[in-house]
Amino acid sequence: MALKMVKGSIDRMFDKNLQDLVRGIRNHKEDEAKYISQCIDEIKQELKQDNIAVKANAVCKLTYLQMLGYDISWAAFNIIEVMSASKFTFKRIGYLAASQCFHEGTDVIMLTTNQIRKDLSSPNQYDTGVALTGLSCFVTPDLARDLANDIMTLMSHTKPYIRKKAVLIMYKVFLKYPESLRPAFPRLKEKLEDPDPGVQSAAVNVICELARRNPKNYLSLAPLFFKLMTSSTNNWVLIKIIKLFGALTPLEPRLGKKLIEPLTNLIHRYLCVQKLRILIEDSDQNLKYLGLLAMSKILKTHPKSVQSHKDLILQCLDDKDESIRLRALDLLYGMVSKKNLMEIVKKLMIHVDKAEGTTYRDELLTKIIDICSQSNYQYITNFEWYISILVELTRLEGTRHGHLIAAQMLDVAIRVKAIRRFAVSQMAMLLDNAHLIASNAQRNGICEVLYAAAWICGEFSEHLEEANQTLEAMLRPKVTTLPGHIQAVYVQNMVKLYASILQQKEQSGEKEAAQEITQLMIERLPQFVQSADLEVQERASCILQLIKYIQKLQIKEVPVAEEVIALFAGELNPVAPKAQKKVPVPEGLDLDAWINEPPSDSESEDEKPKTIFHDEEQRHSRQKQPEIDEEELARRREARKQEQANNPFYIKSSPSPQKRYQDTPGVEHIPVVQIDLSVPLKVPGMPMSDQYVKLEEERRHKQKLEKDKKKKKQKKEKRGKHHRHNSLHTESEEDIAPAHHVDIITEEMPENALPSDEDDKDPNDPYKALDIDLDKPLADSEKLPVQRHRNAENLKSPDSEAPLAEKKSKKPKKKEKKHKEKEREKGKKKEKEKKAVEEEEEKKGEDLDFWLSTAPPPASTSQPQSEPEVGAAVVGEPEGVKKDERAEQEEEEEEEDEGKKSSKHKKKKHKKEKEEKSKDKKKSKKKHHHSEEEAAESVQNGTLDDEPLPPMSSYRLLAENPYIKMTYDIQGNLQNDSQVTVSVILENKSTSFLKSMELNVLDSLNTKMLRPEGASVHDGIPVPFQLPPGISNEAQFVFTLQSIVMAQKLKGTLSFIVKNDEGSTHEKLDFKLHFSCASYLITTPCYSDAFAKLLESGDLHMSSIKVDGISISFQHLLAKICFHHHFSVVERVDSCASMYSRSIQGHHVCLLVKKGENSVSVDGKCSDATLLGNLLAEMKETLSSC
Amino acid sequence: MISAILVFNNRGKPRLVRSCERLPEERQQQLVREAVQLLLRRQQRGRSFLRCGRGGLFGGPEHKLVYRHDATLCFVFCVDSCESELGILDLIQVFVETLDKCFENVCELDLIFHMDKVHYILQELVLGGMVLETDMTEIVAHADAQSKLEKAEGGLSAAPSRAVSAVKNINLPETPRSISLGDMGIKVPNLSQLV
Repeated sequence: MALKMVKGSIDRMFDKNLQDLVRGIRNHKEDEAKYISQCIDEIKQELKQDNIAVKANAVCKLTYLQMLGYDISWAAFNIIEVMSASKFTFKRIGYLAASQCFHEGTDVIMLTTNQIRKDLSSPNQYDTGVALTGLSCFVTPDLARDLANDIMTLMSHTKPYIRKKAVLIMYKVFLKYPESLRPAFPRLKEKLEDPDPGVQSAAVNVICELARRNPKNYLSLAPLFFKLMTSSTNNWVLIKIIKLFGALTPLEPRLGKKLIEPLTNLIHRYLCVQKLRILIEDSDQNLKYLGLLAMSKILKTHPKSVQSHKDLILQCLDDKDESIRLRALDLLYGMVSKKNLMEIVKKLMIHVDKAEGTTYRDELLTKIIDICSQSNYQYITNFEWYISILVELTRLEGTRHGHLIAAQMLDVAIRVKAIRRFAVSQMAMLLDNAHLIASNAQRNGICEVLYAAAWICGEFSEHLEEANQTLEAMLRPKVTTLPGHIQAVYVQNMVKLYASILQQKEQSGEKEAAQEITQLMIERLPQFVQSADLEVQERASCILQLIKYIQKLQIKEVPVAEEVIALFAGELNPVAPKAQKKVPVPEGLDLDAWINEPPSDSESEDEKPKTIFHDEEQRHSRQKQPEIDEEELARRREARKQEQANNPFYIKSSPSPQKRYQDTPGVEHIPVVQIDLSVPLKVPGMPMSDQYVKLEEERRHKQKLEKDKKKKKQKKEKRGKHHRHNSLHTESEEDIAPAHHVDIITEEMPENALPSDEDDKDPNDPYKALDIDLDKPLADSEKLPVQRHRNAENLKSPDSEAPLAEKKSKKPKKKEKKHKEKEREKGKKKEKEKKAVEEEEEKKGEDLDFWLSTAPPPASTSQPQSEPEVGAAVVGEPEGVKKDERAEQEEEEEEEDEGKKSSKHKKKKHKKEKEEKSKDKKKSKKKHHHSEEEAAESVQNGTLDDEPLPPMSSYRLLAENPYIKMTYDIQGNLQNDSQVTVSVILENKSTSFLKSMELNVLDSLNTKMLRPEGASVHDGIPVPFQLPPGISNEAQFVFTLQSIVMAQKLKGTLSFIVKNDEGSTHEKLDFKLHFSCASYLITTPCYSDAFAKLLESGDLHMSSIKVDGISISFQHLLAKICFHHHFSVVERVDSCASMYSRSIQGHHVCLLVKKGENSVSVDGKCSDATLLGNLLAEMKETLSSC
Repeated sequence: MISAILVFNNRGKPRLVRSCERLPEERQQQLVREAVQLLLRRQQRGRSFLRCGRGGLFGGPEHKLVYRHDATLCFVFCVDSCESELGILDLIQVFVETLDKCFENVCELDLIFHMDKVHYILQELVLGGMVLETDMTEIVAHADAQSKLEKAEGGLSAAPSRAVSAVKNINLPETPRSISLGDMGIKVPNLSQLV
């Protein structure tokens, strides 16, 4: 044996170590693969030895090879051996290799559980650390389940180094074992306030990751994060929290309001738009990129402030870095207005001309179209200009987005009646110059526009001036080189053209000309009959026969035009994209049932006709649904690409040119010359879009002059409906009237169908799927036992003497507790589960309400609750342990308070915790049962008292008319003792578009609206948004005031423009803004000792009220006072409570609320007698309405 | 979340590959190739962020590559939209500085021959795709403590084999197999058979 050992260590002398391996590989550049396979053989030999050092060395080398792309999973077992070595050196190597190559499919991973557990509890922190690091990479559901408890224990390890690792890895555990989320969450939340900044940041990190996927479950944490945000100085934490709030605000709009202040502080600290400009102007590309990124974020909320930097953004388009150009393009999209659209597009067109690289050019093209077509062509004032832009875009070489341009052409031509004549003339020109576009038809997608051109010319042939010439152009032999689906449209529209020419000639009695045109058709159509494309062939032969028949009739001199034209009678209306979905399914029709059994996949023969049919269907749908919003387009483009990629027959629909020639004898002599279009071509007769820009400017100027004149005349006119052109009272730039009457035809919908937002949700949205996925853990884990952790928390609730910070931090926990309680109740009433869920949501919202209205939840209400709950909880576990734990927790608190870090204490605690955990494990089998038992218990123990509070809103009605509803809320400003913020929610109740809203208030001596500098008291403040039908949004106005002891009422007016199909009218709505005294109060927590001192001080005035006939519970009553009057509860004993609040100017207000049988008496003390009187009067009003 | 951390040199040779979600080896190599293709050609430009294009290995358009060229090496962090670009750039800076401290004037060779150590240092920065620590002194302290621990245990290659590797480092161009000394015809047996 000894000999063997000796031999082993001598062997080792000539083993390669990692450095030798690397050196060897570098020296064998020519036959690296061979050398490595040789090395792997050696490694295999080494792994067979007993010496662990040899094995570790081998595994270390394997890790290197893994990086080079060699599979090392075959050594998984050896890796585990090395992991379980007692020496840290080897262990670390083992874990590293494991982290690089283990995954869920590695079967031996099961063997590691006990080893990892052992390492996690190792006295050496680095053993634990290495195990945690390794585990983070290969944790499987099984490992997560088995080790969750151990890791959770580590979250309270004495060493912050372990704590932060444990906290982070919990995220991975949650992902793999979602049931662990609920039990572990309270502790995770605790870690948000860990003394070590690293641990804190880790906890923020984990919660942000969790919340990002599923924000609504984390809304209740908002107050805690809010506190962190205002207090933390760690940039990492700040960034994470701000991102988290980004996810939360859409769910809770009021959060936004709450966030404005700290965020502006932050922004002031770091940057602002002006500074962004400096960033963008900077030569450093990183800063430039970030500046643009930030701009695009700001653009969403403050479009105006960014718009002024248009010049700069346009400059960025010239940047040599493509990403910066693309970012700038994104920004432009949000910056256009009616006023600057032409200018921006003109600039973009210049860029299109100079752009190198088709990708960027394509990007430009799509952006131009996106920009122009956004929100239903909202910004286009002159469609002639737009058509010419589209026509100019067709001159792009090699773009893939021909179909985009085509779709736009069709859409505009169909929906804007007035433009048809112009569009048709342009399209005729395109058809005439088709050879330019289609020259390299197979290579580029631009020939798609011919599809649109042909269709427009055919459908609206009555507007065509030289129909003959166009028909001729469509019949050119060259057309047969176009893709099949375009030819098909050609053929169909030729007949339309032919019909209208025929009619024209017959009417003017030119019989010979009519016969000539028939003859032309008969001569040229056969080239399409020979087409390889089935669709073209079929249409062509059908039409050829028809025309031959017409010729016969013509020879007999029978007038046929009327009948031919009847073939195409009727107008094609645009159909809404959602219309198809809205068509009700007829009764008895089961769309999911098979008509025929599905054919077996192997028969490829079957698929061929199917794909053709599919292709065609797509084309039809394009015709029927010309209104395609950009999202839809993007989706379709994606879908089409997908389809093309997946469809093995796709190539067949556009055969290579050579093939085509073989198929169509008689055309092979036509030379196909590829024209380099990089020099912008000026096609004779084509209008340049530039000229429109000038025209438009002139027109606008004229319009403005006219408007000014009219304005003088209309001075006294105030109300009533006018035609659009007369209704422009305001000078707003947005109100530039379109050049000619633009009637965007509304799209057709099936009867009784209403467009709804529901449809907008794409069921295939990956985020939605994600959402559900991560939503599951919480829903499922309803049944999970949470007793231990929750109890610990309950016991922790501090005495009221606890320091301020401590107390604050507890608030969210209490909320959490409430949720859980609710959930337990829910367990009881399983049959009412749905209802309960709703309730819970309500409750959640309402909890937040308190916080959002800057009122903390009535602190003491949870105090009496927690008593019975503790009792209930204790039932589940031996009393002794509980008491121990209680003592322990208190100890811990003391420790924290005093800042002592006596490790002895903590070690003890850990031991105890571990003990508990082992107890827990024993119980785990009964877990489910256990929790139910507990639920029952808690209900019996009188938590019934805790019925849900009714939802409350601090927003009161301001004014309402058939168009608009205004509700408002007034909040004091902490930072400024003479300012309050009025938030007004404006809701559009009509079916019209509301815009140019302006709010004005008649200032009083005491209270004044804060207007921008230089504005007179008669100027209103514009509302920074417009309201589409059914939408509501919130605007904020700041008021300054001198005295706050009296309530105030201010008269005001909201003026706005109602815009609908019939035109627009100017409307206004008067209101009275009521500044109650309560709105000057800011909820400020106060502790009983401070409160007592305040009352003793004696310089407070006193007053009281009594209200009879109160029926609601005391808790609700307190909640109402807290919520509506901005008070916080200091102490509550039975049906008596003391409350406190503070005004923005620093008046203390103390209340003693007592509830009798049917009455409530409120005694108040305040540093200002008038204020107190008014406050109590207001409170009386609130209470008597209960 | 950080989904992958790559270090490769100017010629696209990987020096460190760490994906925080397990990827099969061939996918990992593909990832490296893709990153090399994307990044090496924009080496001269100053910018350090790149939005990933559609598709590709990096998980779609919401992913970004944050990278930094440093001497002959390129450090790349592939992150999702949740991470701040500047934050990650800062993290790369911390990583590089830590390497510099731990290796004393780090150069590419250090990374080549001590890939394991680089991994260990990285493990102190990032855990399971999340940022673990950004304070350099903290990281260096822990890394040093662990190497000390390793030294105390005698390291992977304890004293005897270190001597051998010193011998090996003499780096004879070739192991002499047969040395002909005139007509004496003494055959030197193969060294490895000796032991």
